Amino acid sequence: MTAVSVLVVAVLLAPLVFLLLESSGVGVSAVARLVWRPFTATLLWNTVRLAVVVTALCAVIGTLAAWFVERTDLPGRRLWAVLVVVPFAIPDFVVSFGWASLSTWVEGFRGAVLVMTLGTYPLVYLPVAAALRSADPAMEEASRSLGVGPVRTFLRVTLGQVRGAVLGGCLLVVLVLLAEYGAFEILGYQTFTTEIFTEFQLSFNVQTACALSLVLVALSVVVLGGDAAASRARGRVARSGALAQRVARRNRLGRWAVPVVLAFAILAGLALGVPVAANVYWLFEGGAPALSGVSLLDAGWHTALYGGAAALVDTVAAVPVALLAVRHPSALSRLLERSTYVVLAMPGLVVALALTYVTEHYGGGFGYQTAPLLVLAYAILFFPLALTGVRASLAHAPVRYEEIARSLGKRRGAVLLRVTLPMVAPGLAAAFALVFLSAVTELTATLVLVPTGVQTLATQFWAYQQNLSYAQAAPFALVIIAVACVPSYVIARRFDRLPSQTEAAP
Amino acid sequence: MLAAGVTGAVLAACGSSGPGRHGPAITLYNGQHEQTTDAIVAAFEKKTGITVDVRSGTEDTLANQIVTEGARTPADVVLTENSPALEYLQSKGLLAKVDPATLARTDRRYDSPRGDWVGVSARVSVLIYDPSLIARSALPTTVLQMADPRYAGKLAIAAGETDFQPVVEAVARADGKAAALRWLRGIKANAGPHTFSSDEAVTAEVNRGAVAFGIVNQYYWYRLRAEIGRSRMHSAIAYFAPRDPGYVVDVSGAAVLASSHHRAAAQRFLAFLVGKDGQSIIADPAVSASFEYPIGSGVTTMAPERPFDQLQPYPVTVGQLGDGSNAVALLQEAGLL
Repeated sequence: MTAVSVLVVAVLLAPLVFLLLESSGVGVSAVARLVWRPFTATLLWNTVRLAVVVTALCAVIGTLAAWFVERTDLPGRRLWAVLVVVPFAIPDFVVSFGWASLSTWVEGFRGAVLVMTLGTYPLVYLPVAAALRSADPAMEEASRSLGVGPVRTFLRVTLGQVRGAVLGGCLLVVLVLLAEYGAFEILGYQTFTTEIFTEFQLSFNVQTACALSLVLVALSVVVLGGDAAASRARGRVARSGALAQRVARRNRLGRWAVPVVLAFAILAGLALGVPVAANVYWLFEGGAPALSGVSLLDAGWHTALYGGAAALVDTVAAVPVALLAVRHPSALSRLLERSTYVVLAMPGLVVALALTYVTEHYGGGFGYQTAPLLVLAYAILFFPLALTGVRASLAHAPVRYEEIARSLGKRRGAVLLRVTLPMVAPGLAAAFALVFLSAVTELTATLVLVPTGVQTLATQFWAYQQNLSYAQAAPFALVIIAVACVPSYVIARRFDRLPSQTEAAP
Repeated sequence: MLAAGVTGAVLAACGSSGPGRHGPAITLYNGQHEQTTDAIVAAFEKKTGITVDVRSGTEDTLANQIVTEGARTPADVVLTENSPALEYLQSKGLLAKVDPATLARTDRRYDSPRGDWVGVSARVSVLIYDPSLIARSALPTTVLQMADPRYAGKLAIAAGETDFQPVVEAVARADGKAAALRWLRGIKANAGPHTFSSDEAVTAEVNRGAVAFGIVNQYYWYRLRAEIGRSRMHSAIAYFAPRDPGYVVDVSGAAVLASSHHRAAAQRFLAFLVGKDGQSIIADPAVSASFEYPIGSGVTTMAPERPFDQLQPYPVTVGQLGDGSNAVALLQEAGLL
């Protein structure tokens, strides 16, 4: 397991090696000149203040939404469970486009806060919902039976139980913000990542772009360090003695049901309704000539295929790394796990160029601009999302089942397949969905690595949007949203069936 | 293991679903607007029977990609929106010479000075403004006035847009680097938050009244009008004074890669681009959505805009514009990049 984990991490960090090699070609003084010019302070301020505000908002919205869906009798919660996840699948540049076409108010910092919060809060919602699903409800029940109200129970017990999931989600939000490009480009907000693209664009200089990417990597290491410190301060999650998981009792909303449903409706309206409506509007307006040979169906099929393959690869690869981190904690396993998060802060373009460089210089061009290499790029870029999903579930799955199975003479592989994996099934589903949704919306690596002649939904939307051909862009945006609904629905259903399944597992 | 097997099968399935190849084929790295390229490629394939596999992206990414790919690049032809990307590839020794007959189709001013890329179409920088926010008579007539404090909060620019570099280069040639730097600092102060990443964004923002005026290439305004209709155009365009350094012609061009294994077919594509057929497609916005000026084979634009031969731009050649690195250095020094 350690060997497999080391291999996975080595593949993930290969692009970082490329970054270091390329940056070293620039020379220390040139890097310093780039990094220490006055503009860097502006970029740093823009990047940091956005990260702080958006992450705080995501933490509140994601956690509350998860609690209402998982722990209350919220009317229509199956529907909300799907609707609150879908916004993550809508590319942030589609959301920006939808909002920006509505009002001039949506631009710069406030535009970026609005769009990125609406686009990334599901990164907190998903792990928190998964943690709530698999968390032992006994603590909450004890608290309630002692006469503590639902709000104080939520604040003092539930939040404690899901703190790891909230922090994990926040970590993902920050890293995704660091690497975002398309949305900020549309909103006219400058961060390190947009600057890397500009640098790349203007000076045709891969090396300086790589040097600036190192600043991003450094920022992500700071964030990861902070998160690690917070994790160490965390208490252990206590479990009641019972082996079987039980269904949590749902809190009655009573007269609060109306305002809460209204809040969910507003959230869905802002995150989903506005971008969908804006694109439907453009569908019937305007009209530059369409491209020949670009089929919506064909682009949709390839997008789903690449995304599905990457999600499968990542979900499978995340299991050993998560198992090692959770079941065999050590300095090495922690380092392996945490180092994978660095890739989230690397712009897709940089990862794609790294893979190009490796295949061209060491692989004789083998596999270049073929589907497997693109899938590998997706798998590298989004592995941390899969890991978060699997890890959160695994942390809550009692190790005792595995021990019992082992003591009954089951082999290691059989225990993994028949005991561990069924227990973490919601985590696996979440992992698959997160990677799939991210891959479907990926843009910059796709442009470099996609097989020539093939279009994905995201590249096609971007091409039209960049040309001001809104009417042509709209159907692609709508199909992206439709494709994204499928895994969101599957994952929400999966959650619904979970408790009975877990009880039946042993 | 199972997952790996399934993934392998899935990938094998999608690997085989690329475009079919019958007969000769070339690969085009396209940095131009896709609708335009698409219309030209369709006509070329029909006429010659040569298949063109198109890979579209931004010109900068494609140029870098070709450099990273080196001699093994799958590209046979590269088509860009601006000359600096081609000059950059030329400086890396990656371009083949263009057939002299093809170069002869266009004015030499708009071709590579060394003959390894050919100009295909052109645009001109103009002001776009919202008449309800600023009167035409109050607009700057020379690009230098854009730095005047009276335009604080009224100006929009796309400093990172490749179309802006020729203007910076022209100002630096006309008035010297020190003056250009002062001018850029003034522009930066005037633009403030209205600093966008593309001319498309400047055009759209001015048109919806978010800011009074900006500097863009003329065709974005025409493209926007074609897209959203006359009734939604709340902006207009204005030209700088004749031979003002802000009044610059930008050239889009194409080249054959030195590493191409299909050079004959690739040269035919270049010849088609600047021939009557290709130029006529560019000239007709109903077909190409282009609104760029054709510059070869004597074809003139059918778009309702100021004819190319009536333009009075600042006299700067594509060779003098180079790969844009001078302009970028100035922009960086001014804190705009």
